[in-house]
Amino acid sequence: MEAAGISPSGRSWRGARARVRLRGKPTPLLLLGIATAVALLVLLPLGFLLDQALSIGWAQIERLLFRPFVGTLLVNTVLLVAVATTACVVLGVAVAWCVERTDLPGRRTWAVLAALPITVPAFVTSYSWVSITPSVQHFGGAAMIVTLAYYPLVYLPVAAVLRGLDPALEESARSLGMGPWRTFLRVTLPQTRLALLGGGLLVAVHLLSEFGAFAMLRFQTFTTAIYDEYRLSFDGPAASMLATVLVLLCLVLLLGELGLRGKARYARVDTGSPRPPGRAKLGRAKWPALAALGALVGLALGLPLVTLVYWVLRGGSTSFPVVSLLSAAGTSLELALGAALLTTLLALPVSILTIRYPSRIAGVLERAAYLPYALPGIVVALSLIVVSVHQLPALYGTTPLLLLAYAILALPLALVATRAALAQAPPVHEEIARSLGCGPLQALVRVTLPRIMPGLGAAAALVFLATITELTATLLLAPIGAQTLATQFWADASTRSFGAAAPYAGLMVAISAPPTYLLTRRLGAVTGARRRG
Amino acid sequence: MRPLPRHLPVRLAASAALVLLAAVLAGCGSSAGAGNTLTLYSAQHQQMTNALAKAFERKTGATVRIRFGEDEGLANQIVQEGSASPADVLLSENTPPLELLAVKGLLAQVNGSTLAQVPARYDSPSGRWVGVAARETVLIYNPELISASQLPPSILDLAKPQWKGKLAIAPSEPDFVPIVSAIDKLDGRAVAERWLEGFASNAKRYDDNEGIVAAVEGGQVAAGVINHYYWYEQAAEVGAANVHSKLHYFAHKDPGALVNVSGAGAVKSSGSPMLAQRFLAFLVSREGQSTMTHSGDWEYPLVAGVAPPPGLRPFASLQPPDVGPADLGDGSQALTLMQQAGLL
Repeated sequence: MEAAGISPSGRSWRGARARVRLRGKPTPLLLLGIATAVALLVLLPLGFLLDQALSIGWAQIERLLFRPFVGTLLVNTVLLVAVATTACVVLGVAVAWCVERTDLPGRRTWAVLAALPITVPAFVTSYSWVSITPSVQHFGGAAMIVTLAYYPLVYLPVAAVLRGLDPALEESARSLGMGPWRTFLRVTLPQTRLALLGGGLLVAVHLLSEFGAFAMLRFQTFTTAIYDEYRLSFDGPAASMLATVLVLLCLVLLLGELGLRGKARYARVDTGSPRPPGRAKLGRAKWPALAALGALVGLALGLPLVTLVYWVLRGGSTSFPVVSLLSAAGTSLELALGAALLTTLLALPVSILTIRYPSRIAGVLERAAYLPYALPGIVVALSLIVVSVHQLPALYGTTPLLLLAYAILALPLALVATRAALAQAPPVHEEIARSLGCGPLQALVRVTLPRIMPGLGAAAALVFLATITELTATLLLAPIGAQTLATQFWADASTRSFGAAAPYAGLMVAISAPPTYLLTRRLGAVTGARRRG
Repeated sequence: MRPLPRHLPVRLAASAALVLLAAVLAGCGSSAGAGNTLTLYSAQHQQMTNALAKAFERKTGATVRIRFGEDEGLANQIVQEGSASPADVLLSENTPPLELLAVKGLLAQVNGSTLAQVPARYDSPSGRWVGVAARETVLIYNPELISASQLPPSILDLAKPQWKGKLAIAPSEPDFVPIVSAIDKLDGRAVAERWLEGFASNAKRYDDNEGIVAAVEGGQVAAGVINHYYWYEQAAEVGAANVHSKLHYFAHKDPGALVNVSGAGAVKSSGSPMLAQRFLAFLVSREGQSTMTHSGDWEYPLVAGVAPPPGLRPFASLQPPDVGPADLGDGSQALTLMQQAGLL
């Protein structure tokens, strides 16, 4: 993974350089204006929550916040996020170490297989388990299933770092008398710290806003409860209060990750001589390792796929409504491509501002864009409905409004990817262009954009994947009569018509596969670089 | 490198604005309703709604666009949309959402000839919506886990401690709200609160009636409160011989024997009021009602002379409590009680 190989040292060096070079250069007002507008747009749902809270008064807030149900949800949500995130981290690191740093037979194949469960949306994984046995519908089952669905988010970045790690450090540690375990814990593991925390944060935040998987598993979290409130009151204040708690939980996570990351630096002055790292000899331990990996891939990937095929073939409520399948797939593709384009376009000015013109304001604007990340799609959708109905009726019920919701939900993903790409494109090229008479915009379009295209592609792919499986915002905002693969799947799966739901899920997985394949090569660099520099 | 034109930023901004505008226009174009298009907000089952919409399209040449959702959710969406609402008609599963809109003055008066098709007790007290179909509240149980003799005569008994862990409910299903309202109306606030408390501590919660049926069928829970509809639907799906669960009916005007009425109302701000009224009339015509009963729907038709789907108990033999749409109101009281009991 070339990008990851550069990242530990190269990026911070270039970042420092960029800061020196551009110091004193005033931030272009147009850029600042656009970035501010993007941040405000993204903060709209939070403003909506605040407005609702203010309008109902303290007595109501108290009644809605301090009721037994909120306590139950808090316990459920916090416990599940803690257990599943920990499990993802342990599993992700273990798998990454096995495939990257041991002599495991067939490790190249395992490396790909272990990443593939990321193509199966979490609610499809839940659906396949529930369609086999309802006995997974409890805390343990929910924790296990979301772990199986989300561990690649930790595995991929950690594996990328392990692959690019210079073995010299470990060798020094060993030569100074550390045993293999202590070397792993005190030298190797700390090197993966940023990737591990970044991946863990991604898992935790995903879990906070996950709806479909938990609804299917009958496990109540804040997000499923908000959906229940919507069924009974549309935009009631009770739902807003629950969403407010969710935002606070997200803040705790963001700050927690920031704190855990600490000040330690793992960069090196130069990249050193590229030499493949040494591999631990597994010896007899390779059999249990193989068995464990086989079981993991079987449960996380094999089981959902086999279940889908089974339900498609089995008949029962299965029908193969070709027209409906094709039209849902068409709508899904159209929306996901539109969202990918729009979101990447919105992310670009914010990233340029934070990377090329770092300042306090730029930092605040960027952080703001991460805040709605933990908001369930339904809260974003409700806020857009309320605002557009009253302020922009022409936009209400249209596709652009839905695309806007997707953009708000997925902007953090696009930011992460565009930032990483920009940070790797040295500003010196732009400066040369400028010195030759280019304006800032032309330098951007003709010099920088071509250079960061792969990064923009990664951003678009991330948004595409998040959008194709988006459920609750789509249910509310899709133009009347429009159906996507996700909404059709949900309509059937939630009424337990497992057979009818299967073809839609299958198509969703198939469409997600190519962008995922491209991403698995980049995700390591992307998530590892999340909020660095 | 060529010297650059000074106005490039302006041109870029202008073309970006044009692209955005085009996208907006494209979006509007695809969703704008024409004069012969009916926009239906439906909380009813998709199969039945689609069958009714198709039949109406065939009959009138109109186009029906449908937004699916759930009772209170859809009604509150119409409230939020106000006069900008694209909805022409709301078809609900229960009466509270329709009453909510009627009280807020958002529903048009239904034509008298339409109202006359249905017994008055199933229509809006103020003539703002018309009853379309009915369902009965029942207790589904699994005979392998609980014997028929252990089943209680009243839904109120389900709050007793011996039911702990044996009961399934779906409190976020709009069908549950009217039951709470009925108990509140018939037995008073104190009884309703105590009942909810016991009920909440006894019950395992599910998302919806389908989930309850599956859980009782699968033996994960002994019994559950549902509408009769969902049991018949399951029986039709797997074949009556393969059904493990049975239905227990509350009787003697018990609140547990509540009959829920599904109804429809025309939204006042509708751009096609005539078409909306035609649709309401169609719903309670013999043609509309039998379309409904033949669409795999297991509700009771409300129009005289239209036979219910085969296998249902005769409608006349039900013994529902004396609770009408006016008593159920908009359901907001019941929601508050449910929140207090920790169910929501």
